[in-house]
Amino acid sequence: MDEILEVLEKDARTSPEDIARMLKKKPKDIKEKIKKYEKDGVILKYKAVLNKDLVHDEESRLRALIEVNIIPQKDVGFDKIAERIYSFPEVSSCYLISGTYDLLVVVEGKNIHTVSSFVAEKLSCLENVRGTTTHFLLKKYKEDGVILKHKEENKRIAISY
Amino acid sequence: MKISKKVDKMQPSGIRAFFDLVLGMKDVISLGVGEPDFTTPWPIREAGISSLEEGFTSYTSNKGLYKLRLSVSRYLRNRYGVEYCPDEEILITVGVSEAMDLALRTIINPNDKILIPTPNYVSYGPLTELAGGLPVYIDTQKTGFKLTPGELERHIDDKTKGIIFNYPCNPTGISYSRKELSQINKVLLKNKIICLSDEIYADLTYDFEHVSFPSLPGAKENVVYFNGFSKSYAMTGWRVGYACGPKEIIAGMTKIHQYTIMCVSITSQMAACEALHAGKGFVEKMKREYARRREFVIDGLNSMGLTCHKPQGAFYAFPSIKKTGLRSLDFAQKLLKDEKVAVVPGTAFGVEFEDYIRISYASSFDNLKEALRRMGAFLKK
Ligand SMILES: Cc1ncc(COP(=O)(O)O)c(C=O)c1O
Repeated sequence: MDEILEVLEKDARTSPEDIARMLKKKPKDIKEKIKKYEKDGVILKYKAVLNKDLVHDEESRLRALIEVNIIPQKDVGFDKIAERIYSFPEVSSCYLISGTYDLLVVVEGKNIHTVSSFVAEKLSCLENVRGTTTHFLLKKYKEDGVILKHKEENKRIAISY
Repeated sequence: MKISKKVDKMQPSGIRAFFDLVLGMKDVISLGVGEPDFTTPWPIREAGISSLEEGFTSYTSNKGLYKLRLSVSRYLRNRYGVEYCPDEEILITVGVSEAMDLALRTIINPNDKILIPTPNYVSYGPLTELAGGLPVYIDTQKTGFKLTPGELERHIDDKTKGIIFNYPCNPTGISYSRKELSQINKVLLKNKIICLSDEIYADLTYDFEHVSFPSLPGAKENVVYFNGFSKSYAMTGWRVGYACGPKEIIAGMTKIHQYTIMCVSITSQMAACEALHAGKGFVEKMKREYARRREFVIDGLNSMGLTCHKPQGAFYAFPSIKKTGLRSLDFAQKLLKDEKVAVVPGTAFGVEFEDYIRISYASSFDNLKEALRRMGAFLKK
């Protein structure tokens, strides 16, 4: 992987100037490369990683993982039905997976009712959906490579040889 | 109570007081840390934990777990093409620190001279003296912090027993090419001088492939090779390293080791096995990170006028502070008081390094950036 991506994946706020100094390149070249990554969809977006457990407001959301069994469609396989599912705004992630079921759908809702009604009234009613199993998320430990815990204090002694 | 003259003579040095000052202060950004800012990669920590769960809580053989010696032997064969026999030529120690002490005590007769190129890692001089030897320092300032064959030869006499050679070097980050090493090796072989090669930062070499001293033609029988897990695997607190060398020297070292240490903690040895087994990817990743910080820091220092050669390895820079007119300890104290940035005075690594400070870039990028900003502000005053 290009080191520019490695740096940005770690901290998306790192400026092109700083990256240029780290990699001993020209800022202009770094900027151009980043632009190209954005254009090609390699870099999709920049966002903050939140620990939502600490965001106490009405917006706080419940999350569920839903296993979905589907009947693939002729010619287009799973893609078409997946699109019908992931286009719902309630769906935050959607993966096609191997194993005993086909799609893993991550759904977010205000509370248990909104999530269950989404499953009961929208998801299960789709023509090609054969069945669903819903798992409500109880606690998040780690997300997207980030451990959701307060940063530990640096344990090194402040000066040594 | 009177303690031995030898120990009484050992200086805790003026820098100790400065260190205490740093330790007592809050909110300091420290560029004075001689260890990685990463924690040990999880699979290695996990191996330590599992070994405890499985009940590995006993002594091991004095030389260290056979499994670990075998892994070290394989690692050195694969990496450098050097063959060390795990039965007789490898000893697992409490870091390179212990290994260096053992080696010096094993080879030195009273008043044998040990050459030490400076600036140098702090333990070499005192350990040599404790072992009854005489340290002979070779100042490398005028030769770009590199030991040259000429300077080496000039310092050799018939009492010279060995040299402690450290590359990549703490505090300069300087390393050597195969050609440079070969020239040094020739001088050592010609004069029958044992090379104690401290290569603890070998895996953190950025611009070229590290060349291991025992891999040089004819060198192996004349070298004690030191390496450890502290720096490359971010395992300083585990206290595990090793020495490889001719079997007479390793046997001598093992004699001392069996009485003073008995053996290295089994938990640490088990974790070290895992480091050699599965640590390579982590080392590579940390190395890339250090390499990026190196560029950033060296560029930053040079552009604020603290001229600095480019280190080829380890995680240190050794810039000159000459233009400030301050002596190294004064500079460090003032910088600490004014801007809350800690660095290590150059004199910690040799009395002649009044014009230098050591900066460690084993610190997060944000810290480095802020520290450089503060240093820039300090210099403008
Ligand atoms: C050059 C050098 N040798 C040896 C050591 C000690 O390493 P260990 O943790 O293996 O005792 C250090 C640690 O700072 C070092 O910089």
